[in-house]
Parts: sequence; structure tokens; C-alpha cells
Amino acid sequence: MSWIAKPRIAHPGLPKNALGLTRRDYEGGMSTLCAGCGHDSITAAIIEAFYGLNLPPHRIVKLSGIGCSGKTPTYFLSQAHGFNGVHGRMPAIATGAVGANRELTYVGISGDGDSLSIGLGQLAHAIRRNVDLLYVIENNGVYGLTKGQFSASADVGSKAKKGAENLQPPIDPVLLGLSLGATFVARSFSGDKEQLVPLLQAGVRHRGFALIDVVSPCVTFNDHEGSTKSYIYTREHLTEVTDADFVERMPEIRASYQPGEAIDVRLHDGGMLRLRKVAEGFDPTDRDRAYAYISEGLRDGEVLTGLLHVDESALEMHSVSGTVETPLVDLPFEDLCPGSDALDALQQGFR
Amino acid sequence: MIKGADPMPGEVKVNELALKIGTVNGTGSASANGLLRQAIFRMGIPVSGKNLFPSNIQGLPTWYEIRVNRHGHTARTRTFDLMVAMNPATYARDIKEVRSGGWVLHDSSWPLSGKLAREDVNFLGAPMAQLCVDHFQGDRVRILMKNIVYVGVLGALLDMDMEVVRALLERSFSKKKALLDSNFLAVQLGYDYAKEHFDCPLPIRLETMDENGDSILIDGNTAGALGCVYAGATFAAWYPITPSTSLVDGFSHFCERYRKDPETGDNRFLIVQAEDELAAAGMVVGAGWSGVRAFTATSGPGISLMGEFIGLAYYAEIPSVFFDIQRTGPSTGMPTRTQQGDIQSVIYASHGDTKHIALFPADPGECFYFAVTAFDVAERFQTPVFVVSDLDVGMNDWVVPRLEWDDAYRPDRGKVLSAEDLESMERFHRYLDTDGDGIAYRTLPGVHPKGAYFTRGSGHDQYGRYTEDEEGYTEVMERIARKIQNAATAIPEPVLRKAAEGRGAKLGMVALGGVDRAIVEAQEVLTEQGIEVDYLRIRAYPFHPSVREFLESHERTFVIEQNRDAQLRSLLITEVPFSGDRLPSVRRYGGLPLSATDVIEQVAEALDDSGSTATTMTGSVA
Ligand SMILES: Cc1ncc(C[n+]2csc(CCOP(=O)(O)OP(=O)(O)O)c2C)c(N)n1
Ligand code: SF4
Ligand SMILES: [Mg+2]
Repeated sequence: MSWIAKPRIAHPGLPKNALGLTRRDYEGGMSTLCAGCGHDSITAAIIEAFYGLNLPPHRIVKLSGIGCSGKTPTYFLSQAHGFNGVHGRMPAIATGAVGANRELTYVGISGDGDSLSIGLGQLAHAIRRNVDLLYVIENNGVYGLTKGQFSASADVGSKAKKGAENLQPPIDPVLLGLSLGATFVARSFSGDKEQLVPLLQAGVRHRGFALIDVVSPCVTFNDHEGSTKSYIYTREHLTEVTDADFVERMPEIRASYQPGEAIDVRLHDGGMLRLRKVAEGFDPTDRDRAYAYISEGLRDGEVLTGLLHVDESALEMHSVSGTVETPLVDLPFEDLCPGSDALDALQQGFR
Repeated sequence: MIKGADPMPGEVKVNELALKIGTVNGTGSASANGLLRQAIFRMGIPVSGKNLFPSNIQGLPTWYEIRVNRHGHTARTRTFDLMVAMNPATYARDIKEVRSGGWVLHDSSWPLSGKLAREDVNFLGAPMAQLCVDHFQGDRVRILMKNIVYVGVLGALLDMDMEVVRALLERSFSKKKALLDSNFLAVQLGYDYAKEHFDCPLPIRLETMDENGDSILIDGNTAGALGCVYAGATFAAWYPITPSTSLVDGFSHFCERYRKDPETGDNRFLIVQAEDELAAAGMVVGAGWSGVRAFTATSGPGISLMGEFIGLAYYAEIPSVFFDIQRTGPSTGMPTRTQQGDIQSVIYASHGDTKHIALFPADPGECFYFAVTAFDVAERFQTPVFVVSDLDVGMNDWVVPRLEWDDAYRPDRGKVLSAEDLESMERFHRYLDTDGDGIAYRTLPGVHPKGAYFTRGSGHDQYGRYTEDEEGYTEVMERIARKIQNAATAIPEPVLRKAAEGRGAKLGMVALGGVDRAIVEAQEVLTEQGIEVDYLRIRAYPFHPSVREFLESHERTFVIEQNRDAQLRSLLITEVPFSGDRLPSVRRYGGLPLSATDVIEQVAEALDDSGSTATTMTGSVA
């Protein structure tokens, strides 16, 4: 059984937020992901972020596609309405939900396969429509749930479990978002709660589509030397791990560093990931500069993290469409049906 | 033969004629043809206009067929009394479609090739292009006015009420004086020419009657769009595809008119033009889940793309409405031709065990009413509901009784728990059948903390929990099957039309959708020929119990439909279940609306066939 209820023990001493709720009220069921999976660290950051935002959980909607990442909404915000849809199509469901009720807070969780392969079109168009939604890509460079095939964010030189090498260039969601005109673009690392929590909170607060790419190591299906997302494995070791049913328990990887600094994160297998936080003076409102800065970093093997671009002036979907302030779902039928007199009058024109 | 199709020479036929106009796409003939159809309608005579248009913007042949029939038979005919041949490229085939003793009106600005002559048809040449060259300036105007000239010629030939024509022109061009003058002149030129050169009126002619007093002329997509507005739908997502596009266009048009906040001018609706049909379906699912009435409109290719989301909506039990305006498949097929080829792909849409509620309107009036029904049924049964029409019903103008609206109508929102309901409940379980009717209670996001649950397309038990257990999974699947079956008596019941009152015939006909008028006409003709055939029109799936009764009480029932594989027939055999030996098939599926002749010929052929009741597949004429 993949669903495990977490025991709810009310502890009088637990800290409370402004709504009088504890962190427990923002948690979900027990995770069934591999121990040490980066996705679980992101779940923890999401719980922390919403706790800190003082939002009533039932006014939050959490959505996801399919994948290990897609499972995570069951692990946070159990009192929020959840929707685990179909692979790569969470943006469409979110667009409809936001369309129907603009008053709720929406968070969508996706994977790199979910967003950059099967769902690339939907992601692009949700960005273009500027749907008011926090969109988190839990990016591990592989298809976790289907056991380690390349995703579109796999780096050149990545090795699949059967040894084939990926020679196709990766799609970088951050550069993609910038070029599509995303109004909020950020990148972080699953192990850096200090950075991730405030970014998630800013993304929720942003009016429009907030894209956060979170590098999230997959402890089980990891690939190659020099990856920006995963670890080095010797060929024998890789074969051994992926062919076995047994998945070694791994501690989660944490990282903490200051603005402007770079940090080398040592991954479970000894691989390195170099993250650099944007410098204190970095101006995220300048899209073109941000684009150049990020691409240069990638060329030098560095993954730039932080809030990379924000444009608070852009209109989100409802403002562009001129929708009423009242959520559509709350409009009374009397305001929607023109009635029999209008129908009679209209039909004069059909004669 | 059909009444009125082949009169005796010299016999005068009033208000019974079929004419066809062959033109070139993009030359502006649509407004001339609309004018003709509208004028006949205004003269109080039952009429239909069918547009046979190419998948092209300019240059390919296009036709318009007008059927006038004082008895109200307005299905397509296969031969015509009068052909207006304006397109030299199709002269040969157009002239072939004229009945013996009929007329061809052609543009005599150029000589007509002798090869095209037919001894048994009357050729009427009018120099329409030349008249326009003489009286109008500029190529564009000349081309456009040539069409209006044939309206004038026909006016004289058919004895049309020209005051009605003028009044319609005035309504169209009230704000464009110059255009109005040109149109008046063009009509007059044609009319005068005909009066002077032909023996007017022809023995086929029009006469004012009063059959359309309480009727309107409307296409199914416009009517369906109106139904969505009246049902209170606020969300539409779509991707353009012929022949469904005009439904969303219509919705948008009516929303601009009726759905603006009077104070702010803001929209009480949201229409999203999605990136593809797959996304459109997903958006409708998301919006339906959130509690608004949401729909999409598409055609076969879109239904194929939507499959995965349709299955999600079915299994996660999310109200959603899908209009499928069928066109000729498979694949891109013939995008501007009609068919009933999606019956099975809609009903069984998506992988795994799925069966969907589908409504089959036969005319634009039903498109309006069924749109409203679809939203009620979708919310009541928490499931996708399909309104399945076709290009002929969706895009052509039909005469239907004036639409009526009951102001007491309120949407059936189904079992949705309010904040108060939830407050007083111990716990809420999304898929629990507490009432024993197969329908579980649902909640909407944001309403109450106790209402929160996790919606998923993955395996779930009645408590809404993820499951991979056989028992928990099966329980939900069985309940959903029961729920959908229960809908059979809550959706539009079949319409029975007996051949003779007071007794049952041995033979039956079953059909659904837009083929109705052809079958009604065929039934009358067959009755006159002494062949009594009862007719049951199915209006929805799952089948009403009376479908079974009908099949059982008739020795043989012809299943009439517009697809190659006899999809409705297979469905009846599977679902009723019923011996196929007693269900001979009548089909015509080559893209044109069904005509009564198609039915009569195939029924007669089957009956002649050695008298054996084992007749199954009669040859299709397509
Ligand atoms: C239409 C469809 N195709 C394929 C699958 C199988 N599938 C499930 S998850 C997945 C890949 C998930 O990868 P990613 O989005 O990167 O998520 P991760 O598991 O790595 O978090 C695939 C291919 C599916 N569920 N649906
Ligand atoms: S397979 Fe990878 S992504 Fe999936 S749960 Fe395990 S570690 Fe996480
Ligand atoms: Mg992945």
C-alpha cells in the first residue's frame, strides 16, 4: 500500500503561525519515495513555506503530473484540495481550475520528464498565458518513476542505466522560461532550504506564473560524471544499483551558502554539483541580462541559483481576459442566464 | 420515388423543389445563397440550405443545396429540379445531377460546350458576368454582384416574392447605402433579364404560405452555444477545428452580449483558446473540478487527442461537457463533409473500461435543449457528457420551432456539499456511495477544510485513497458502471414514430442524430407504397429500456446510420444485446447528408432480397 497515514499527535508545545496552525497542519501523508530522494526535501520546504505564509490549507490547491515528483502532493498539505492528473498535463488542469476560481492559491508540482518532455507544450503555454500558479519542477535529469531513462534535462554525456550515452543537448527550464516571457523565474537546490523556502513563498505571492526549477537528486537512478543534477557512478556500480531491487538508504543532501558564493555539493556517489548564488547586486528585472548571465554560468559548468527574473507588471490570465473579480464559480445563476424575454428578442433575428 | 421529385411534364409543382448552386469558393456566393434561403423562409415555406464546401479558403468548387417542401420534408435530395451552374469547372458533374425534365441556369457570357448538352434537360442561359461588367466597376464588385444577379434570375423563374428579397437586403445593408444600391441593381438586372428572355415562372415555383409562423432558421452550433449560455456555463476551452469552431464563436458572441457585468463591463465568462485539444480537455476538467459549468467543442481528431483526459474525468468523476461535431474520418478525412463516424469512439473514449453518456441531437432545436441537459446530467452523474452532432446539423441552417425557455429553470448541480453540510459532518469520503444510487458526494476546492480530498486518476478506493488493492479498486469501478447505467432513464428518451397509429408494424428502423428528417420522409413514402416501418429515434446513450422493447417487438429493424462499420448496429448488438440477424444495416457515409432515397432504396433492396429475414449488410451507396 502506497498511502500511509501519518499519526496526528497534537503537541501543545508546537510553535504556531499567525492562523494558530502548526507545521503539522501543513504536512501530508508519509512519503513512499526512496529514502534520500531530493523530492522529499522539496516537500519539506513547501510545508515550511506555506506554514510561514499563514495561508489556510483548505484555500490552497495542489496539483501535479505523473512521476515520483507527481506523487509528492500527497506528502504535504493534506487539508488542501489535491489533483494528481495525467502525465505532463498538470498545466491544463491548473489553467481550468484557476480559470474557475481565481481566489485560491495554486501550487503545481512537476518533474523534468513531466514538464520538459511530454508536457513541454503545456508548460510553454501556461507560461505564455501567465496563469497565476506556483510551478515547481523537481528536476533530477531522469525519469525516476519509470526507472531511470533520460529526461530532456539530462546533460550531454549522461549515461542511461543500460549504458547508452545522451548526446542531445538538455532543455534548461530557466532559459526556456526566460525566452517564453515567464514573469517569475527562479532556480534552487532541494538541499538548500534556506534559499528554497523564501523563493517558494515569493512564487506564491507573485501574481502570475512563477517557475521554480529545483535541482533534486534522484538517489536511485543517477548517471554520470559532471552532471548538474546527479552523481558519478562507475559503470559497474551503476549496473549494480539499477538492476537490483534493493535501494540503498541515503541521507538527504544539504547545502548552505551565501549570495555571490559558489558551492560544490558532493553528491551521494562522490559527484560534484557547483551551485552559485546570484550576487547581492543582481537585478532580476532585466530579462536579457539574466539570460546572458545564466547561459554563461552553464557554459562554465555552474548552475546559477536564486531569483533570476521577475516582472511584477505583467498581467496574469484573468486580467488579460477581463474576467470579473468574483470567482466564476461564485457567480449566481441569475447573473448568467439571459432569460426567456432575451431569447424571444434574439430570435427575431433568426427569422 | 420521393413525392414531388419527378413530376409529369407540364405539371405545376408549388413549393416542392430542390435546387443546387455550383460556385467557386471565396467568390462571395454564401451571402447570395443565404439570401435565397432566408427569402423562402420568410415566404413561410419550409426550407433547408445545405452548404457543401471545400476545405479551402479560395478557388475550389463549392455548392449550396436548397430544398423547399411544403410538407416539411427538408432532408437532402440526391437529384435536383434546377441547377444554377456558375462554375465551369464542375459543369459536367452538376448537369448530371439534374433530374430528367429539369433546368440548368448557366452564365451565357461564354458559350457552353456542346459536350455538356443533355436532351432531357432545359438549358437557360443568362449573361450574368456580362451584365455585371456592363453595370458595375471593379473586379471585386463584379464578381460579388454576379451572385446577386442569379438571385434575381431565380426570383423571376420561381416567382419569388421580391419584396421579401428587398426587405432582407435592406436589413443587411441598412448602414451601407452604396452596397444596398448595388445589390438592388444586381437583383433587378437578373430579374428583368429572366422576365424578358424566359418563360417565367417555371412549372416549379414558390407561393407564400404560413408554415414558419413560429419557427426560426438556425444552425446547430449557434443553438448549442446559446444552450451553453442559458445553462450557465462560464468556462470554455477549445482549439479551432471545422465543423465545431462556430459553436465556440457563437458562445463568445452571446457572452459578449449577455455576460458583461453591467457596472464594470467585466466578463462573467472565460474562454481559453488552448494550444491543442488535449489541453482544452484538461482545462475543462480543471474547471469542472472547481465547480463551474465548463465545456469544449471539437470534432473527431480532437476527440482522439482528448482521450486521456476523458478517461481521467470518467474515473475521477468530474463533470465536463464535450461537444463533438462529427466530420468525415478517419484521420483528417474530409473536414468539410458530414458523417456519424464517432459514435463508438465517443461512447468508449479512452483506455480501460469507460462508457460515456452521449446525447444525439437531431436538429438545431435539440442542440439547444440538449446542451442544457448535458450540463445537468454531467453534474448530476459527475462524469463527462458528450453532445454528438455533425457538420450538417452543426453548420447548416435548419427550420426549427422557436426555442423556448422556462425562467423557472435552475441548474441541477448534483450532490455538492456546502460548507454547512461539511461542518455538520464527521468526515467526508469522496467516493462513498452513501445513498446507494451510485453517486457519491463531491466537494469544491476552497469551500471547507473538511471537504479537502485528493483527486487522482490512479487507483483509488471509495474513501478516495490511493490503492493497488483489487477489492478497493473494483468496488469503485462497479459503482461507476452502475451510476452510468442509471443515467439511461435520466437522459432524453427515444422518440417513437409509428408507421400507422394504433398498430405495430413488423418492420422497424432505428437511427440517431441528424439523419432524422430523411428517415421521417422515407417512412412516409414507404407507407404510401404499402410498406409499414415503425421508426425509433435514439436520443441518448446509455440506451433507454424502450430501445430493447422496440427491437424485440419488430421482426426486423433497419439500423440506419452514416458510417462504414455500422457502429450503432454493433453497439445495439453489444449493449441490448440482440441478435444481429434481425438488424439489417442501412448506411451511407461518403460525406453527404442522408436523403430519403438512400433509405428507401436500401430498405426496398433488403426486402426484395429473397425474402430472407437473415439479410444483414445491404450494400452502402456511398
Ligand atoms: C501518457 C503516459 N506516458 C507514459 C507514462 C509513464 N511515466 C510515468 S512517470 C514518467 C516519467 C516521469 O519522469 P519525471 O517527470 O522526470 O518525474 P520523476 O519521476 O523523475 O520525478 C513516465 C514516462 C505515463 N504515466 N503516462
Ligand atoms: S527513483 Fe529517484 S526520483 Fe524516484 S523516489 Fe527514488 S530517488 Fe526519488
Ligand atoms: Mg525526473
